[in-house]
Amino acid sequence: MLSRIAESLFWIGRYVERADGTARILDVHLERLNHLPTEERRSVARELLAVMGARPQSEDFGLEELLHALAYDKHSATSIAGSLGAARENARRARETVSSGLWESLNTTYYGLNQHRKDVVGTYRFCHWVLERTAMVSGLADTTVSHDDSWLFLALGRSLERADMTARMLSTRDVLSAGMSWVNMLRCAGAYESFLRTRRAAFGDQHAAEFLLLDRLFPRSIVYALRDADECLAKLDPSAQRVGFINDGRRIVGQARTFLEFHRTDDLMSELPEHMERVQKAVSQASDAISRKYFNQADELAWVGEVS
Amino acid sequence: MTMSDLFQDYSEAAGRSGAYDEMFAPGQVARKSYGQVAGALRELSLADVSARADSMARTFLDRGVTFDFAGEERPFPLDIVPRVIPADEWDVLERGVAQRVRALEAFLNDVYGKMTVVSDGVIPRQLVTTSAHFHRAVHGFEPAGGVRVHISGIDVVRDAAGTFRVLEDNVRVPSGVSYVLENRRAMAKGLPEAFGQQLIRPVEEYPRRLLSALRKTAPSGVDDPTVVVLTPGVFNSAYFEHTLLAGLMGVELVEGRDLICRGNRVYMRTTAGEQRVDVIYKRIDDDFLDPLQFRADSMLGCPGLVNAARAGGVTIANAVGNGVADDKLVYSYVPDLIRYYLGEEPVIANVDTFRLEEKEAREHVLDRLDELVVKPVDGSGGKGLVIGPDASKDELEALRKRVIADPRGWIAQPVLQLSTVPTLSGDKFGPRHVDLRPFAVNDGDDVWVLPGGLTRVALKEGSLIVNSSQGGGSKDTWVLADSPQVPVERLPRQSVTVRERVSVWPVESNWRDRQSEQQQ
Repeated sequence: MLSRIAESLFWIGRYVERADGTARILDVHLERLNHLPTEERRSVARELLAVMGARPQSEDFGLEELLHALAYDKHSATSIAGSLGAARENARRARETVSSGLWESLNTTYYGLNQHRKDVVGTYRFCHWVLERTAMVSGLADTTVSHDDSWLFLALGRSLERADMTARMLSTRDVLSAGMSWVNMLRCAGAYESFLRTRRAAFGDQHAAEFLLLDRLFPRSIVYALRDADECLAKLDPSAQRVGFINDGRRIVGQARTFLEFHRTDDLMSELPEHMERVQKAVSQASDAISRKYFNQADELAWVGEVS
Repeated sequence: MTMSDLFQDYSEAAGRSGAYDEMFAPGQVARKSYGQVAGALRELSLADVSARADSMARTFLDRGVTFDFAGEERPFPLDIVPRVIPADEWDVLERGVAQRVRALEAFLNDVYGKMTVVSDGVIPRQLVTTSAHFHRAVHGFEPAGGVRVHISGIDVVRDAAGTFRVLEDNVRVPSGVSYVLENRRAMAKGLPEAFGQQLIRPVEEYPRRLLSALRKTAPSGVDDPTVVVLTPGVFNSAYFEHTLLAGLMGVELVEGRDLICRGNRVYMRTTAGEQRVDVIYKRIDDDFLDPLQFRADSMLGCPGLVNAARAGGVTIANAVGNGVADDKLVYSYVPDLIRYYLGEEPVIANVDTFRLEEKEAREHVLDRLDELVVKPVDGSGGKGLVIGPDASKDELEALRKRVIADPRGWIAQPVLQLSTVPTLSGDKFGPRHVDLRPFAVNDGDDVWVLPGGLTRVALKEGSLIVNSSQGGGSKDTWVLADSPQVPVERLPRQSVTVRERVSVWPVESNWRDRQSEQQQ
């Protein structure tokens, strides 16, 4: 298939997942933010923005600015509106390849972006709406597109971004240590009920982080998402080598996944920041490597404002 | 439209009812605890308030927060104005509820054992043995885990003088806690401004507390107890609550047909074969629990459960036979029971109650039926209750006959002007009567009271009946924390780079960094 089309599909996967993850994070954190004193709210808003990989545009950065930056700013790839706009733009360029169902649902989503009140209460509904739309896009992509190379690129983008987003969800724990409970961390990922059913009575930070980071069966866990990405990469490059590797993307994703999957630790919480940073780094490096190998023109589309 | 418009006729309406208003002191001055809420409401227009209220109602319907009314799923109406309880008032309520639970626990242990409370003359034997819920089938054994009242809901109301009083005890299958959890979620999103910076005590730990209490009271010798919630099924009015609690505890929700008793042990049928069940959180009435002991035609329970409990093979929570303690005639003795078992004075008083078995009281009551509330002793959900001032002549006459025929079956109380809270009705706020059901979880060592509880509100002006089956709604209930939100001593934020921390990942090799180095 055309590199250009493959690249569009890869980014549709990433942008839609990014919108989904950002909506989840915003929805849960907004509730916490609302309960903080104004001064603290400002500093936490800044830090939250930094976790999402952006910097405040102005000195005066409060709740409203945060909502704009993460939800409604159409010109930023960090925001929900920006991501969904970019996903739709990519679908427009690959319109003859994507199914009409997928295209239409992205297009409808794009036109629905403006129909929400942009205050706190409106943003809750907005986040809810975004989750519904992204689930629909994902579902249509899975059920109306042949699972050939084109779908694999979409799924690859989605799983890489998902690993990255879950890492960011876990990183927000540091930002809002005042009152950010593990329950909310799990709610971010929609993992609360699943977690409770698997863990019987074992509650707490450590278990929750472990679940989101290492669980082999929960689809939004980092290990699960990285394994999905790994499988997509393997199918895209069937030149099975008996020894060694020629594919940088696979190496990066595979190393990160296996390191986490087989990592043994007694003190996950103190290592968490490192895990999160390395996962995010691995995702961006893998994305670069994939671009170099398959698309060959990725630099201008890279994930902006990476935290370093 | 501003708050003054929304509250335009409020003080007049409040004056009419003569009740204690939770939000406003006389002269329509917002009480201190309501400062933040009043401030938030002042900022909102009618359009805002209705939009929020609509959105909250829709969320409830989407989430399936419903109760079953005459075979129909209805969303439980949640009003937008919360009920706020200041820390000092809550402190009293919390102590009072816990005290009551401890006394009732001791009472149940006693009546199903030695009955010293009878031999010491505190309560007549006949009163206990004539209670419809005194089950001889569970006499003479201590339940596994040693607890009978794991979960309780003690209904309290505030009278016109502003004093809290206990209206009734619920130690069989108290329901409503799911609405407490859901209301808080909906309010946090529906009226975020009102939360402000005051510290409102969270309610989300309830399922964890409950699970840990249930596990703690498992039969001895079980290391990792399996807990299940036993529901009568999807047609029960509280089915939503059963699913929510099972989900939040991460345990199975079973129906009677999923269970088997064998050799005084209980198992559930799973895809991996039969699995032992150690603790059953029972959400069905005793009468339907075990066809071997109670109603033989019951399809909801599981034959053999009572014997299994008797043999110590399973913990049933709440214990079978608890209904004798929330019999409304026994209720009138609870202050004596507190003195007898705990040697303490009751923290929260009862509502004055006439025992109709006593000849003098009966005559007094029969003369004044039109001024009093008369309740059946074993009713719940407001069933069978007659409010004298609202009843017709014929109703009162029918009541008189029934009371004379069965004086043990009824109690009478003065009509209480329950306290009011502003409640959205059409295009303005009006005072509506509320009660409060705090929930307590008893793990055998400690009684934990969920901060707040369920505030039910009668949505019709002047109505005193708050039950959901009779047009009641609910309010989110906030308990303010004692100290203003002083940030707990916080660890300095970590801003060090990864390299200075413990590093467990392999040192980064020449992945992509090499390229960036070259570019530099």
